[in-house]
Amino acid sequence: MSAEDSTIVSLRGVGKTFDSGTVALAGLTFDVRVGEFISLLGPSGCGKSTVLRIVAGLSAPSTGAGDWPAGHAPIGFVFQEPTLMPWTDVTGNVLLPLKLAHAEEARSHAAVTLALKRVGLADFAQAYPRELSGGMKMRTSIARALVTEPQLMLFDEPFAALDEITRFRLNNDLLKVWQELRRTVIFVTHSVFESVYLSQRIVVMTPRPGRVFADIAIQAPYPRDERFRTSADYAGYCRQVAETLGKAMGSGT
Amino acid sequence: MNERALRIGMPILVLALVLAAWDLVVRVFAIPPFVLPSPGLVFTTLIVDRELLWHSLLVTLVTTFEGFALAVIGGVGLAILFNQSRLVEYSLYPYAVILQVTPIVAIAPLLLIYLPQPLAVLACAWIVAFFPVLANTTLGLSSVDHNLFALFELYKASRWQVLWNLKLPSALPQMLAGLRIAGGLSLIGAVVAEIAAGSAGAGSGLAYRIAESGYRLNIPRMFAALLLLSAAGIAIFFVLSAFSHLVLRRWHESAIKRER
Repeated sequence: MSAEDSTIVSLRGVGKTFDSGTVALAGLTFDVRVGEFISLLGPSGCGKSTVLRIVAGLSAPSTGAGDWPAGHAPIGFVFQEPTLMPWTDVTGNVLLPLKLAHAEEARSHAAVTLALKRVGLADFAQAYPRELSGGMKMRTSIARALVTEPQLMLFDEPFAALDEITRFRLNNDLLKVWQELRRTVIFVTHSVFESVYLSQRIVVMTPRPGRVFADIAIQAPYPRDERFRTSADYAGYCRQVAETLGKAMGSGT
Repeated sequence: MNERALRIGMPILVLALVLAAWDLVVRVFAIPPFVLPSPGLVFTTLIVDRELLWHSLLVTLVTTFEGFALAVIGGVGLAILFNQSRLVEYSLYPYAVILQVTPIVAIAPLLLIYLPQPLAVLACAWIVAFFPVLANTTLGLSSVDHNLFALFELYKASRWQVLWNLKLPSALPQMLAGLRIAGGLSLIGAVVAEIAAGSAGAGSGLAYRIAESGYRLNIPRMFAALLLLSAAGIAIFFVLSAFSHLVLRRWHESAIKRER
């Protein structure tokens, strides 16, 4: 496969200056290949979320552009907060993307059932968001992003607010889903450990203005599980990435 | 005694004490009924004049209900229009405020000149009731979660889909709060207009009865009509509260009992 047709999106010299004058991104360049699990790692305020919003088309870059060799891919987005509609149950929330696309009802319900099964929420289809724990709300949010089986899934620090036990379980379940579906994932996080555990590639960003400082490949094989989490390989990668992140933070202004 | 029994029992006890004191004062000082009727006499009047009063109550309630319905349609409709077009909002909102801040008692006589009496009464009920619906719905429509907005944008939702599937449901709690206020206000509007119409009016609502009984010094009937009016106000409040609770009970914090 040539690099050309395996790229889903490539960001070329993307810069973003907000109305307030804050320069969030400057000259950000990197490619995302089809089927890849890539993490954007950086301190808070380095514009990681802005990158996701630009890729999703929710925000326009001030300079540069995102290039989509095979056309703009359908996208699923998981926000930092679960962002559920409180007035409808789990099914209603997960159904939303299909409903907005006027999808056929029978097929939609089958897709919702499958998405809920994938995230382990099959028994909570009728529950309302306020009846769910933080982890379950996030699972609902992931199911909603999965339901259309989009080519590209964007995660904006989705597990930052969860406790460690829940976060580890969601990490494992997310990897399982990724291996099953092989969709491209861009995962934003400020946790070195999380990024190493999950990704094939970590893009380390500098603080404001955000740009790519390093691009590190994590060559550990999948499936990854608790054994990987306690392995020497994992510890080594974590040290390497943490050191790189330290340098990236030092290089900022 | 548990919390619930106290909440129901205490107001009843207070009512009983007040009624007893009222009765005692009327007896001890031998106050004539045209100055202050005893509670017993008011109650008797309520029974004796029941046909007349019942008819008047219906008239007032129908006006109130019509005013309320128009206020809901007008308030929600205008709020949606404001939400869709900033130009319309900027053009009309100040006048909605002016309509609201001008005392209805001052507008009523004017309306009575230009409109037939039933219509003038209805207009008054509408004017006072529509603003809280408008203001609350407007607030609700514009306080949608930003990320949910982004989500709808991501899935390329149409304007109509955003309104129907996102803005209106998330405005529901505020809208219902507006409705609860509007219910009581439309009764007030109807009463004010009936009073303003006074003896000139051919109407026969409860407020008209109060005014008429006042001229005739039929004080017991005045009290009886007043009693019915506040009962109507209480009923409206409870019906709307129950409705709001029913709609929100599964999802909104205001309708959910806190676990301790």
